Amino acid sequence: MPLATEPRPALMDSGFASYGPSADVFDEAKDGSGLVRPHWEEFGQAIERLGAQGLAERRENAWQLLREHGVTFNVYADGRSAERTWELDMLPLLISAREWAQLEPGLIQRTRLLNLVLADLYGPQRLLAEGLLPPALLHANPGFLRACHGVRPPHDRFLSLHAVDLTRAPDGQWWVLADRTQAPSGVGYALENRTILSRVLADEFRESNVQRLASFFIASKAGLRAMAPWTNSPQVVLMTPGPLSETYFEHAYLARHLGYPLVEGGDLTVRDRRVFMKTLEGLQPVDIIIRRVDDVFCDPLELRADSFLGVPGLVEAARAGHVVISNALGSGAVEAPALLAFLPALARHLLGEELRIPNVATWWCGQPHERAYALANLHSLVIKHGFVGGSADPLFGAALAGADLAEVAARIRAEPHMFLGQERVALSTAPVWTGDHLEPRPLILRCFVCATSDGYAVMPGGLTRVSAAPDSPVVSSKYGGGSKDTWVLSDGPVEELTLTAGAALPERLERSNAQVPSRVIETFFWLGRYAERLESTTRLLRTALARLAGEGTAIEEAELVAITRTLVGLQSLPEKFWKRASHREITAELRDLVFNAERAGGVRALIRRVSYLTAGVRDRLSGDTWRILNHLQTEFPAAPGHSTAGAVVSPLHRLIFQLAALTGMEMENMTRGQAWRFLEIGRRIERASNLLATIRAVLAVDPDGAVALTPLLEYTDSTMSYRRRYFARPELPTTLDFLLAQDSNPRALAFQFKSLRRHLGDLPALGEAHPEQWHFAEMDALLAGSDFQRLAMAARESEGRRLDDLLQELLAGCRLLSDQLTAHYFTHVLAQAS
Amino acid sequence: MLYALSHHTVYQYPSPASVSHHLVHLRPRESARQHLLEFALEVDPAPAAAVERTDYFGNATSFIAVEVPHRGLSITARSRVRVIAPIWPDPGATPAWEMARDGDSSTALASDGRPGEFLFDSQHVVSQPALADYAAESFRPGCPLLEGVVDLNGRIFRDFTFDPRATTISTPVAEVFKKRRGVCQDFAHLGISCLRSLGLAARYVSGYLETVPPPGKRRLVGADASHAWFSVWCPGHGWIDADPTNNLLPAERHITVAWGRDYSDVSPVRGVVVGGGEHRLKVGVDVARIEEPPAAIAATQVAPSADSGNYF
Repeated sequence: MPLATEPRPALMDSGFASYGPSADVFDEAKDGSGLVRPHWEEFGQAIERLGAQGLAERRENAWQLLREHGVTFNVYADGRSAERTWELDMLPLLISAREWAQLEPGLIQRTRLLNLVLADLYGPQRLLAEGLLPPALLHANPGFLRACHGVRPPHDRFLSLHAVDLTRAPDGQWWVLADRTQAPSGVGYALENRTILSRVLADEFRESNVQRLASFFIASKAGLRAMAPWTNSPQVVLMTPGPLSETYFEHAYLARHLGYPLVEGGDLTVRDRRVFMKTLEGLQPVDIIIRRVDDVFCDPLELRADSFLGVPGLVEAARAGHVVISNALGSGAVEAPALLAFLPALARHLLGEELRIPNVATWWCGQPHERAYALANLHSLVIKHGFVGGSADPLFGAALAGADLAEVAARIRAEPHMFLGQERVALSTAPVWTGDHLEPRPLILRCFVCATSDGYAVMPGGLTRVSAAPDSPVVSSKYGGGSKDTWVLSDGPVEELTLTAGAALPERLERSNAQVPSRVIETFFWLGRYAERLESTTRLLRTALARLAGEGTAIEEAELVAITRTLVGLQSLPEKFWKRASHREITAELRDLVFNAERAGGVRALIRRVSYLTAGVRDRLSGDTWRILNHLQTEFPAAPGHSTAGAVVSPLHRLIFQLAALTGMEMENMTRGQAWRFLEIGRRIERASNLLATIRAVLAVDPDGAVALTPLLEYTDSTMSYRRRYFARPELPTTLDFLLAQDSNPRALAFQFKSLRRHLGDLPALGEAHPEQWHFAEMDALLAGSDFQRLAMAARESEGRRLDDLLQELLAGCRLLSDQLTAHYFTHVLAQAS
Repeated sequence: MLYALSHHTVYQYPSPASVSHHLVHLRPRESARQHLLEFALEVDPAPAAAVERTDYFGNATSFIAVEVPHRGLSITARSRVRVIAPIWPDPGATPAWEMARDGDSSTALASDGRPGEFLFDSQHVVSQPALADYAAESFRPGCPLLEGVVDLNGRIFRDFTFDPRATTISTPVAEVFKKRRGVCQDFAHLGISCLRSLGLAARYVSGYLETVPPPGKRRLVGADASHAWFSVWCPGHGWIDADPTNNLLPAERHITVAWGRDYSDVSPVRGVVVGGGEHRLKVGVDVARIEEPPAAIAATQVAPSADSGNYF
């Protein structure tokens, strides 16, 4: 039996059996003597069966899904913004049912406690008078917003969502590292991690009896509804700072998952101390705002005056009780790390209970004894800012040299309230698949508690983050590192429950996504315009590159000259290309125009523009549409090393396919709402403009239509249909008639006008004046009354000006139409503070 | 002393503004030293909402929303206020400043004010070593608190030049300190920054100052302006005002409207306007003394310079 004696190739081994964590810290999968913990046994065997090969395949699969879903995290750590793809480890963190049953009440206790503290700080402030909190802890706390004092949310519910960062000490005890109460992030990433991991590890997931996340979201939605007792169908919106925010992916993802419109501050307005959303159909009342904007930026009138992210008058609307803001403005006050030191006493005082999950030991330097202790033990403590708003990272005393320690001590003495010392915690570890082996990495588990209609619920799972390296003391998405799905195991089989199933329950009463902020519609309009501009540019450049890659016949040469000059006329190429240039020069220039992102109007620059617009409406695109748009950017290759026309042209062919897929999605998969209508209007206006501009440029180069008509028909993808119709080589009169007047040709001007006529007629009537309708009717009549065959014949008899004037008038008309629509439907005059 | 006050703010917009929201601090405070006899707030065009409430610091504030298209907005506050000259303690008899620093101010929750609120940095007041060094010259070890404050007040008055063109409201204190120029707000913020840098509680006071016309000239109606100064917490004595722009401790010519950590807590009129374009702003303040027999006019000290813009 030779097979049995041969060792298995090391590559095939997942390494779970040989995984050896350090004995100094708590490892989630194996105990101090290296034995697999009971709740990891089954899963560990499953990993063994998968082997290295299986894990690698699944990781590849997960990466692909993450890229397709566009899961990103915007990072500012290096001073520049960069969208980073989310990292998800192949091994989840497993938590046994028994252990979870102990954590759950501890987490809820903490949310109740912090909510009570907030109700006191923003109300009677008895905790200060009774000596349970030093007043300076509040007064020096930049998270305490004086303007929000006295604003009471319904049921005194300040926290609808609370995140708690946990880790485990070497003895196995869970500890709280920090609370997030301002606008906690991670819920969406946790959900996305689950969506992906449960797909790539489908069998393992099913066999492990993992508790599902859906119940949490259903309970959370019910909790929000209960906050607006004045209506039984509250309009809920999710407010984001916008696509540049670190966690924008999550905002868009959650908005779509929960079925709430995603809005920016500019989409909302306060009238009569009530909040409204601006839509094409006018102002629509808003009852509940889930805010992902930090509270100080939420109202330039009463909070930070320099904020452009907020809604003027929002604090007053909340004060009047006309809108619910979740979490309440000012909730950030209790995420101050300095508060940790006081929570055990506050729990006894406010709840009559001991804190179930202890805090990491904390000494706030605003108190003399604690300060003295911290100063005496700097070398072994972690030094942190005492409050939110401190941008500095924690300092590890043990890693500091003597001079640095002295400097830290001096800073603490100068501003003691701003600092605290914290016990250095050895984070627990869990196995992370590095690509070829399992490695123990420190982790932090972020748990989530939401308010429900009658209490609080804990997400049965969470967001586990692991450090970027085995010995890194910092676990933060800002510094890289990865994440894990968190599987809370159940003792028995798990009931299937999805949010969509929950949606069928009779209690679901929010108004649906029908309300769309007008900014979103405007983004679709520009998405239509830029997607079409990208296609037009790509087609035009392709006609030139095809001739550069051809056989170099005399006809091709003549056409190349005509196209090059047309591109000069369209200002895509510099003036010097009007004169004859070598193939090499033209190819190099076109290569730059295709791949150089900094080149305005170039292909890559337009792709970026489309991606940017897409990001702003991500929550409103179907999964497939989003994937296509996402591929546009991720799959467009880097500039080829060699500048042959063939190498440049092939990505353009692929791009045309992708853009065709996009238009297919538009036609077949988008609901015929205003978003679709404006996407179409944008596309039609752009196609009409590009066609007119290109024909004008062609006529300027080739007034008789002697050489440039074949490429022109190619550009408009009309070669075959022209040939079928006229059975002849292109003539100027028939070509112009075909491209301008034939409304059966989807590339012709008349076709664009026909579509516009229909769409403009379907727009909502806002007020009485409809300048764009009148204007378009005039243009429409102008086109219908023009005989291009005759004009083209006349052009040969040197009456070319009339044709060009007409084309120019139509082109200017298209631009004016775009401006009028923008002014009528979208103009967002910026609010200015004084 | 009895005063009739009017504070008139007019915005003009080149194109119609669709909505404007304003928050005003215009109603003078009631206190043992000051009685408000009459107050009226007029807004034109008629606001959709005008809601008055008491803010966190005990000041009256109004939220005003105008929701019809408007090319201009005027907000006028009229009041009648009686000011009673305060009796400030003898500076030499106040406790040593270190006692105020190390004492109970961070924990005190006194009924007449919470000094702890005014110990820390706020939007316009950022403590820094340079200011602590500057302030330290006035606060030698053991120096009675009010002596130090009077000295600091005088040094700001002498070392800094009143110059309405040198700064705007967003000029940081550090820059004012470097330029040695500014207006009353800047000097108040500077004084507060110095005191807080030493660990003393200091607050910002917004109000008006009666101007005295040059000898032989008539008082000009509307030539007055909003004014600002600071106040320091002195254990055993409470809050003591100081006006570094005029190098004096306010008596009965200072009318207090509101106080807070700095200007941003109590700006007389702040607003956010949607549309309208670049606005033009005119502010007119009039502080008219109403003679009551027998007139007991307190000794006036320093008359402020003539052209003061909106603020002294």
